[in-house]
Amino acid sequence: MGLRVLPPPANGNWGGGVPAGKSCMELLARLHLGAGPAGCFQSAGWSTGSLPLHHSCTADQEPPEASNFCPPAHSCNDWIGPPDRQSNLRPIVFHIPKNESPLGRRLREFRQETQVWNQQFWASQNVSFRKGKEEFIYSRLKAKGLEMKDETGQKVTLSAEEMADFYKDFLSKNFKKHMCYNREWYKRNFTITFLMGQVAFERAWRMLGWKKTKVEN
Amino acid sequence: MSVARRCGPPRALTGLFVWHLPKPAVRQMPCKFMHYCGLVNKRWITFQHLNFLKRMYVTQYNKDLSQQAKPKSDPVAPPFLEKKHLGQEKTVIREIRPVSPLHPPSSETLNRNEFKAVNSAAIVEDLATAVGAESKEEKQWKEMKLQLDDLPGILARLSKIKLTALVVSTASAGFAMAPVPFDLTCFLLTSIGTGLASCAANSINQFFEVPFDSNMNRTKNRPLVRGQISPLLAVSFAASCAVPGIALLTLGVNPITGALGAFNIFLYTCCYTPMKRMSIINTWVGAVVGAIPPIMGWTAATGSLDAGALLLGGILYSWQFPHFNALSWGLREDYSRGGYCMMSVTHPAMCRRVALRHCLALIGLSTMAPILDVTTWNFPLISLPINLYISYLGFRFYRDADRSSSRKLFFCSLWHLPMLLLLMLTCKKSLLEKEDKSELFS
Repeated sequence: MGLRVLPPPANGNWGGGVPAGKSCMELLARLHLGAGPAGCFQSAGWSTGSLPLHHSCTADQEPPEASNFCPPAHSCNDWIGPPDRQSNLRPIVFHIPKNESPLGRRLREFRQETQVWNQQFWASQNVSFRKGKEEFIYSRLKAKGLEMKDETGQKVTLSAEEMADFYKDFLSKNFKKHMCYNREWYKRNFTITFLMGQVAFERAWRMLGWKKTKVEN
Repeated sequence: MSVARRCGPPRALTGLFVWHLPKPAVRQMPCKFMHYCGLVNKRWITFQHLNFLKRMYVTQYNKDLSQQAKPKSDPVAPPFLEKKHLGQEKTVIREIRPVSPLHPPSSETLNRNEFKAVNSAAIVEDLATAVGAESKEEKQWKEMKLQLDDLPGILARLSKIKLTALVVSTASAGFAMAPVPFDLTCFLLTSIGTGLASCAANSINQFFEVPFDSNMNRTKNRPLVRGQISPLLAVSFAASCAVPGIALLTLGVNPITGALGAFNIFLYTCCYTPMKRMSIINTWVGAVVGAIPPIMGWTAATGSLDAGALLLGGILYSWQFPHFNALSWGLREDYSRGGYCMMSVTHPAMCRRVALRHCLALIGLSTMAPILDVTTWNFPLISLPINLYISYLGFRFYRDADRSSSRKLFFCSLWHLPMLLLLMLTCKKSLLEKEDKSELFS
């Protein structure tokens, strides 16, 4: 029980075995809230909440991060939750099967890593967008000589046309970050899918092996 | 969200594009009784707009909502027990007594029991709200187990079945416009092959875009985002559509059509999808992707890439711009936050200019049709009203640059294309006329 701290891969690469560009890794590392050297991602959970240590999950289940949810003990599948408020990504609680192969374990840990990485990127992205938007609205309203809230106490919003300058600016500021993210995301996505294929093949092969021994007996 | 609004498509558009299951009895019920009537076995489909092919829809089938417009909180107790105030309860009891005068003793005990039930229900309700929030969150966690019952629906959404239907109909239009006698077998093989290729391309597109789709309102309910299907299964499905689809086109129709189909899948998945996040050129690439299906239909029928095929492709190519640019105008916030490079965000003036330019180009291309012997001269004349109308809306969008003009242009594009293709079909140059002409010259 408890949360695992995943060490960085020995060769500094992510399970896929394809080295990322140095500048991209630095950029990505800078995103992470107080993170260590590039390539060190703890499964320290979502940037939103603290780590729940009081829940009781059995040894068969991967502990969840920012939620108190624990899948039922009899379930043999992964569980997917509602979208996270900051990153809009749905967290997955991974099931650890009793006879998990090394390949299966590698897949699960890689998926866990990717989930954390994705969560951190999108949470920080969305938070900075919201902050930037608020600041932009404030500065525009100030320039017009208006308050943030009108007489009825409701928040004043700018029209889409007025916001267009902010959208353009935000997109261009974050372009390089997105390029790095895209490259990394595609690599991880392919790796996960490839590993899934290998695990599925391995399982099928095992089942065939058992059937053969059954037939022989 | 008004889910009870029914669209009434004009008769001219029935046939290829329209399908719905009308259930007027269900629609007339007020929303709050929806939960308490036996809706389990009822099935209804509601569309938000006339051309539902590209619009979101809500389906309710066997209690599961495929897309939920607004989360509805399940009340703990049925509505007739919801009254908390004692006074109100007494009033209820008093009202119940005169209802059954034939058996006064039994009704009295009934009322007493009911009163007890109401009281305990109120206490239970208070406790329930306390744990309600937590259990509500727990209820939202779903087991990632593939339900075979849901699989057809999931695969339909994965392959963007409505967009696929539109793609197949443009390919059919290309087939029908080709100046050769109509061959039903070839037509069906082309349609199925194109449909399979489109399913494959759409599935791969969704496979690539999971985290981006999660962050955009329009796409956050897609199957991979919701974990209803694994990425491995999505890729396997795409492969199992692409291989038979392209094989069908290459071997069952002709190699040119097969090659175009394969090229289109490649263009959409490997060029357009990644480019969406790199450069605004993605819009032009996407327009080519949309233009290829009618060309495929034409080459399937004739076996060669003629000027007529390119004209049809050109019309679809030009149509993409007012359609997409108007749509993207309302999605600027999501695009900006998600990191999508779209003209509407980076070059708004160009976005509107290009949309208008291509609306006007549609008039020019419609005029080219009789020159290339695809249609008679009636076609540019009868298509002029709708082409002028979309150009007018394009001009309004260019000038006003606001949400309402963009929406008007987008919705117009949805009916403009089927209408244009239909008119083209009616004005198709008949084979007999062509034969007479060639005899005259020989």
